[in-house]
Amino acid sequence: MTDRDPGFSTLAVHAGAQPDPTTGARATPIYQTTSYVFNDADHAASLFGLQSFGNIYTRIGNPTQAVLEERVAALEGGTAALATASGHAAQVVVFQMLLKPGDEFIAARKLYGGSINQFTHAFKSFGWNVAWADPDDLDSFERAVTPRTKAIFIESIANPGGTITDIEAIAAVARKAGVPLIVDNTLATPYLIRPIDHGADIVVHSLTKFLGGHGNSLGGIIVDAGTFDWSKDNKYPMLSQPRPEYHGIKIQETFGNFAFAIACRVLGLRDLGPAISPFNSFLILTGIETLPLRMQKHCENAKAIAEWLVAHPAVAAVNYAGLSGDKYNNLARKYAPRGAGAVFTFSLKGGYDAGVELVSRLKLFSHLANIGDTRSLVIHPASTTHSQLDDAAKIKSGAAPDLVRLSIGIEDKEDLIADLDQALRPGS
Amino acid sequence: MNHDSYDDDYIRGILNGVKSIAMVGASPVNVRPSYFAFKYLAQRGYDMIPVNPGHVGKSLLGKPFVASLRDIDRPVDMVDIFRNSSNIMPAVDEALKMTPLPKVIWMQLGARDDAAAEKAEAAGMKVVMNRCPKIEYGRLSSEISWMGVNSRTLSSKRAPMPTQGMRLSLGRTSLSGGATAAADRAAKNRTDPS
Repeated sequence: MTDRDPGFSTLAVHAGAQPDPTTGARATPIYQTTSYVFNDADHAASLFGLQSFGNIYTRIGNPTQAVLEERVAALEGGTAALATASGHAAQVVVFQMLLKPGDEFIAARKLYGGSINQFTHAFKSFGWNVAWADPDDLDSFERAVTPRTKAIFIESIANPGGTITDIEAIAAVARKAGVPLIVDNTLATPYLIRPIDHGADIVVHSLTKFLGGHGNSLGGIIVDAGTFDWSKDNKYPMLSQPRPEYHGIKIQETFGNFAFAIACRVLGLRDLGPAISPFNSFLILTGIETLPLRMQKHCENAKAIAEWLVAHPAVAAVNYAGLSGDKYNNLARKYAPRGAGAVFTFSLKGGYDAGVELVSRLKLFSHLANIGDTRSLVIHPASTTHSQLDDAAKIKSGAAPDLVRLSIGIEDKEDLIADLDQALRPGS
Repeated sequence: MNHDSYDDDYIRGILNGVKSIAMVGASPVNVRPSYFAFKYLAQRGYDMIPVNPGHVGKSLLGKPFVASLRDIDRPVDMVDIFRNSSNIMPAVDEALKMTPLPKVIWMQLGARDDAAAEKAEAAGMKVVMNRCPKIEYGRLSSEISWMGVNSRTLSSKRAPMPTQGMRLSLGRTSLSGGATAAADRAAKNRTDPS
């Protein structure tokens, strides 16, 4: 039989899952267990020595989690994946694998506010130094490269502005510098953009957002593209050098093109500890089964609402890459032809106060600090997610004080428009 | 024969068909990849023969080392070469002198010698390069999925009961080539920088 590639929706339902060998259960069971019995002492030793595939302890891996990992790896076109307790945990594990104290990485300025904080403050205390570059000025990435640069980090669709990053151009800078390109693909999901197809070496996600999709479970994931040669120049000793805790095993040599994912599991997750719970893995897996359907609806609603807002007399500007005429529309057409996502910002002619007023008057949109829920969400980034940045940094990150961010859900778009309409009507 | 990627059926056919495997470069050091692969394949029922002139007189998991392929006293279905790309040709030349001729030459992950492959294929042998039989067995049995690895296979059938590790399953549908496109392209670019 000729091998053929199933489509995205088939992978979203099937990849990684198989009826349970013992019970025949068709849905992936929740393996709510901390640990797993060994067959005998030799089996235990083989597992601990990384000589056998299998389960030891849920901080390192869990069968429900493994299905989630294989599914996301398949959807992204990667060789393997590692799920973590949150998107932030995924980032800590990735950078701990790549950087030593005193090393640097380059990050796009337009990022989720939580990532900006993590990179600026928490990472600084580990001695990992971030150099910021501007995705609207591609040369700024090249200028930021130094001999200590170990990675480049960008978001495919940037939060909060919904701007599209030129992944291929930045991948070329990374290749030239001999460092991996890490892409946070949370806002796009692999349904809209597959960064590995455009040159990413590592993809990270907050599974909490569109992949899980229902606003009920935290999770993060690291996908290994299997594209980066970790053995070159001894730049990444965690992968290329003998590991004393595993009796001198070299991870890259042993695990080939999924070595990064294995290293993140058997060194990063094992030692840092941010394991995802089996129950969260199950809920996120269930969410992923409907990812294609939800993303279609999210994008259709977002475009309709963005177009409606553009025409509204109280609205000063709408920043949605899916709008023709938007600064990022050409990039959106190239990288995300199925839709430009469902998170975007807009500003009101009445400025900051009108934005605050709008948020308080909305009845269907929920005012909270999350995105990628079935429900439509609204927030004022300058006073919340990006509040710890100074004004200049807020503007550079796409969270100017007069902007309101929407994450459009999968309700009926007529009801969402009616809610915005009543909230924008003066004196009602 | 395209050696940049292999159909799963090709790999599955080899791993299902061979019974005895001589491993050239097998190491008794239990942190070396060759040791892992040797032990894994032995546990899954293959008749394993360790070949390494530096360890004659010792044995690996109860199997005595031989100095070279010439010293093996029984038919060998597959020669698995755990050597660098530059040391492949002498092992293939030696395999070509064996009677009966082995059916398969397998070069380990990271090893590739197209001239040696051509020579072996001209003699009627099947060739696999730059792959690990342990990883391929783990992938095709879906056992490797326990580590979050993309097995590139799907199945709606009940999985076999795992005993001493999973057994090779024929009931899974393979995605194209069992390969991951981006990783394969990167590997090709490394071997062929043009």
